[in-house]
Amino acid sequence: MPFYVSPEQVMKDKADYARKAITRIRSGVVLACDAGILFVAPNPSRALRKFSELYDRIAFAAVGRYNEFESLRKAGVRYADMTGFQYDRRDVTARGLADWYAQVLGTLFTDSNKPYEVEIVVAEVGKTADDDQIYRIIFDGSVAEEHLGFVVMGGQADRVADVLKASYQPGLSLTAAMGLAISALAVQNEGSGPDAITADQLEAAILERNRTHRAFRRLAGPRLETLLQEARAVGGPAASNGSAPSPDDAGNGGAASQDAEGGS
Amino acid sequence: MGGIEPQSRWQASAFLAAGSSSFSDFLAAAAPDLLPAKAGSAGTGVMAGQDLPHGTTIVAAVCDGGVVMAGDRRATAGNMISQRDIEKVFRSDEFSCVGISGVAGIGIEVARLFQVELEHYEKLEGRSLSLEGKANRLAGIVRSNLGAAMQGLVAVPLLAGFDEEVGLGRIFSYDVAGGRYEEQRFFSIGSGSVFARGALKKLYRDGMPAGDVVLACMHALYDAADDDSATGGPDLPRRIYPVIATVTDDGFRRLSEEEAGRYAQAVVTERMRVPDGPSAPMEQLES
Repeated sequence: MPFYVSPEQVMKDKADYARKAITRIRSGVVLACDAGILFVAPNPSRALRKFSELYDRIAFAAVGRYNEFESLRKAGVRYADMTGFQYDRRDVTARGLADWYAQVLGTLFTDSNKPYEVEIVVAEVGKTADDDQIYRIIFDGSVAEEHLGFVVMGGQADRVADVLKASYQPGLSLTAAMGLAISALAVQNEGSGPDAITADQLEAAILERNRTHRAFRRLAGPRLETLLQEARAVGGPAASNGSAPSPDDAGNGGAASQDAEGGS
Repeated sequence: MGGIEPQSRWQASAFLAAGSSSFSDFLAAAAPDLLPAKAGSAGTGVMAGQDLPHGTTIVAAVCDGGVVMAGDRRATAGNMISQRDIEKVFRSDEFSCVGISGVAGIGIEVARLFQVELEHYEKLEGRSLSLEGKANRLAGIVRSNLGAAMQGLVAVPLLAGFDEEVGLGRIFSYDVAGGRYEEQRFFSIGSGSVFARGALKKLYRDGMPAGDVVLACMHALYDAADDDSATGGPDLPRRIYPVIATVTDDGFRRLSEEEAGRYAQAVVTERMRVPDGPSAPMEQLES
């Protein structure tokens, strides 16, 4: 660069760049319910996934540029497996992973010319809902623990978050949580309502509270279709219990816009 | 609770840059001292391993719809029994299990590394390895232990798994050089393996249901314990029985203590009647 640019300007430019990139992405949601932690996002792709398993009861969710968050996902799996192998499986925690991601993203933000255009959630399902943890890490390494019980990731988070803020309660059944999630996501689809969202447009996954060892399950295929039908039948957040494990399957994922709660 | 303090070798770049989906390859690059081989290569002499816990019999046999693996519970160090209830058969993933013979410490690390290796691949790639792929990976892990093995720290596994593609149980044995051999019908490893194999030779028939195969394996382990001091028989007073596992299309299942106890009791009861165990019918020569 031929001219001097102040560090403040460099940082501001990088932050604006990343923020703008993420604002363009459609939102996805992470919701804690009684069955565990539910992840839902629009995703027409069957190969590119936004939600993945990191470790036993810990999952990874991301929006943004796919190759960037995919390499972060893989690095996180390596870090988690290394930690669990060197110490013990119980020593791998969502907080440790969130801290690690914060360091990695912070360093990347400062050191590279282009920041990673990503937003990441690391979530751990507890034995009880009180023990659930959801952390959000944004492109500059800021990390925040989300206490509301839900997170909206990605672009126009405000509109999606408004639906959740109005109707979310702790202890929803899986069906009600799914219904709430698709109602919230539907506000991004100009005109059409939640009933227009079909299973093949979605990627969904859950960290199941009552599963031992590995809790992460993808919700796809007939299982997802059934759950969507039940969710539509129930309507808004109502109390009906239904949680079932789901076979691993290529799900659909869409970009999730994030609710800008992120203090760090 | 709380995060792990970053150590200097755990640079983010090591995690971000690694290209392979193999956990043991990643360890070799980023943290080689965590590998069983490297950890064990501080040995001085050829007989370094002799006083470390040793000895075993592991049997595996194909049954109708899957495979059974059973292992005894004794660990010996020299002439002493160092542990009565050591477990040598491990679930490696949903459709496979591994049994370890040789130096217990190295064997347990090999089994643990193999478990993480399989899970690591599955998480990174989004699919499980084929059974052949798992067998090959285990061969690689055994191969990397060759240096320590030459110094007496030998650990050799036996792999049994359910191959979803063909719907059959399969068994793979190994040598210390990492050679991998598929075995048909049944196999055994460890100091008592000769006796166990002889017993299974007479008791095993193709297509037996899982319960019958479990009983045959229990008899085989009993015969191994009968003739090999490094193999332990069922300890009825303490309720310590061989670890028995089945792998079918429903996945890995370890028999509960009650179930294993029933089989052990059946074997012991039969032996009270005929100490050498069930005999195989023979055709008589026409005189």
